[in-house]
Amino acid sequence: MSNRKINMKEKYSLLTRDLEWEYSYRDYKEIFPQEEFEGIKITDWSKWEDPFRLTMDAYWKYQAEKEKKLYAILDAFAQNNGQQNVTDARYVNAIKLFLTGISPGEHQAAMGFGHVGRQLGGVGARVACQMQAIDELRHVQTQIHAMSHYNKFFDGFQDFPHMHDRVWYLSVPKSFFDDARTAGPFEYMVAIGFSFEYVLTNLLFVPFMSGAAYNGDMATVTFGFSAQSDEARHMTLGLEIIKFLLEQHPDNVPIVQRWINKWFWRGTRMLALVAMMMDYMLPNKVMSWQEAWEVYFEEAGGSLFKDLARYGIEMPAYAKTAIAEKEHISHQAWSIFYNYGHAAAFHTWMPTEEEMDWLSEKYPNTFDKYYRPRFEKWREMEAAGERFYNPTLPMLCQTCQIPMGFTDMEDPTSTSYRQSEYDGERYNFCSDGCKDIFDYEPEKYVQSWLPVHQIYQGNCGGPDIEDVLGDYYKINLGVDNMDFHGSPDEQRWNAWHNLPSAEEKLKRAS
Amino acid sequence: MTVAAITPDYTGERRDRLENFHGNQIVYVGWDQHLMFCSPVAFTLAPDTPFSTLVDEVISGAFSQHPDFAEIDWGKVQWHLNNQPFAPERDKSLIEQGVDHKSIIRMATPGLDGIKGSGS
Repeated sequence: MSNRKINMKEKYSLLTRDLEWEYSYRDYKEIFPQEEFEGIKITDWSKWEDPFRLTMDAYWKYQAEKEKKLYAILDAFAQNNGQQNVTDARYVNAIKLFLTGISPGEHQAAMGFGHVGRQLGGVGARVACQMQAIDELRHVQTQIHAMSHYNKFFDGFQDFPHMHDRVWYLSVPKSFFDDARTAGPFEYMVAIGFSFEYVLTNLLFVPFMSGAAYNGDMATVTFGFSAQSDEARHMTLGLEIIKFLLEQHPDNVPIVQRWINKWFWRGTRMLALVAMMMDYMLPNKVMSWQEAWEVYFEEAGGSLFKDLARYGIEMPAYAKTAIAEKEHISHQAWSIFYNYGHAAAFHTWMPTEEEMDWLSEKYPNTFDKYYRPRFEKWREMEAAGERFYNPTLPMLCQTCQIPMGFTDMEDPTSTSYRQSEYDGERYNFCSDGCKDIFDYEPEKYVQSWLPVHQIYQGNCGGPDIEDVLGDYYKINLGVDNMDFHGSPDEQRWNAWHNLPSAEEKLKRAS
Repeated sequence: MTVAAITPDYTGERRDRLENFHGNQIVYVGWDQHLMFCSPVAFTLAPDTPFSTLVDEVISGAFSQHPDFAEIDWGKVQWHLNNQPFAPERDKSLIEQGVDHKSIIRMATPGLDGIKGSGS
């Protein structure tokens, strides 16, 4: 046997398309039972253009190089006590939100692509899904490693997988991925591959990674760099799936449009968490949520949908509402977490005077008019020793599961209420987007595991809310939760930096 | 079609049906123009709870931290039930006047528009 070297093109063909074989003794529909039920019509899988142009052996080599660099920097970060060099201990709460809310989503994406990669009839699409599944697994793993150092010095990191499955606000990202993973394979690809990884991904990664860079968090920044080339590949896959589906059959167009409408809306609702992180949790601000939204959705997304117009695809149905909400959503989301700061596994706080001025400048139409008076009142209450906590559990949206803290954009001081009746029961929503998603597939969303209702049904321990928070959620009460001011995190930080405690500051002032 | 499913006639478990709440029902209450309470709140109450108990105990426990709360003229409160105008009778129970499971009660207090009139 000659051991001539095969060229790249041959190797690529052998390691992707050539992995397929003829199905001679089983029916195609038996092998790929999920390919038809969504109504998507595939006429020719060979038209699939492999987005990655990468073979598995090259992939391993490439990723291994990146890992070496990443872990070298993580080691250096740990040995140099990098945790002391972030801008302020408040910053670390953004990382807690990332580890509990986003990293488990990477794991969900890994499982989702693993499953879908088995269900698609085209070998090119299957190989692409397999690689993305491995990428996602790598992301959750490296994120946990990058953030584990903080777990030694700050509270709230310790039980993140347990919390992800139970805690009220983490049901928002959890139900998002559960929804995608229980859909058919093509909806999953449009939901995660296109709507999330292509249309909205920059709004997730740029804020967190730039936020880390601006706030001295070398560990998280380095993870970000290490994931960047993967994300670029994922975006290519997202775009390929859309173009492939639209080119295969005209009947696919309305189905794909409906999925884009749905997943754009679900994605923007989930990104409310990122919006508040950017505007409220970063001591050094990168840009405002509104600015990020304008750059990454209105400009970049706008030109994408112009490109897709030739297929008959339009802007997502609720884009107008989402665009109007850019001036409100971060303030409303932070209000929710401030209300329920006693029930969260990270700390909340009121912005300083300087930070409020930044918000006024960035949100000239909304901040002083709607939000500053509320925040100043809360600050007064805190100064009087009566830090405001909402004593009652919130009403949640049946679809996105977020407390009903969003308002009607025509009337921004009025809560947005929507209601449907289905099979003799009432269901309530925060928006037209969430109501329409329910109305189209009520048999799916009647099953929503709404944390507040589960507590009231007695399924989360009890009888007191403290029992739910402590025993069922595993929040260390008085340590992980409550206001940043007075927290053990703050005390440790002040001790490291020889900063006066809040009490000492008061003493000196008087 | 009520769900895209591979199983014919798929139905989902109704996770929040009335029977799951041990004899109680869920009632949501929102106070218009008082977004210091970030969202409407959820209570679990017996269907035969008198409306007076809802106002005097339940609503009061939820919203009394707000400086406007003590100023409310309860005779002038404008009520909505599931988005329809509603004239509750204090002595009647919730269920007798149509407040059923997962109903939304909204109260508006004209003249009281939140902190510095901001709707908070």
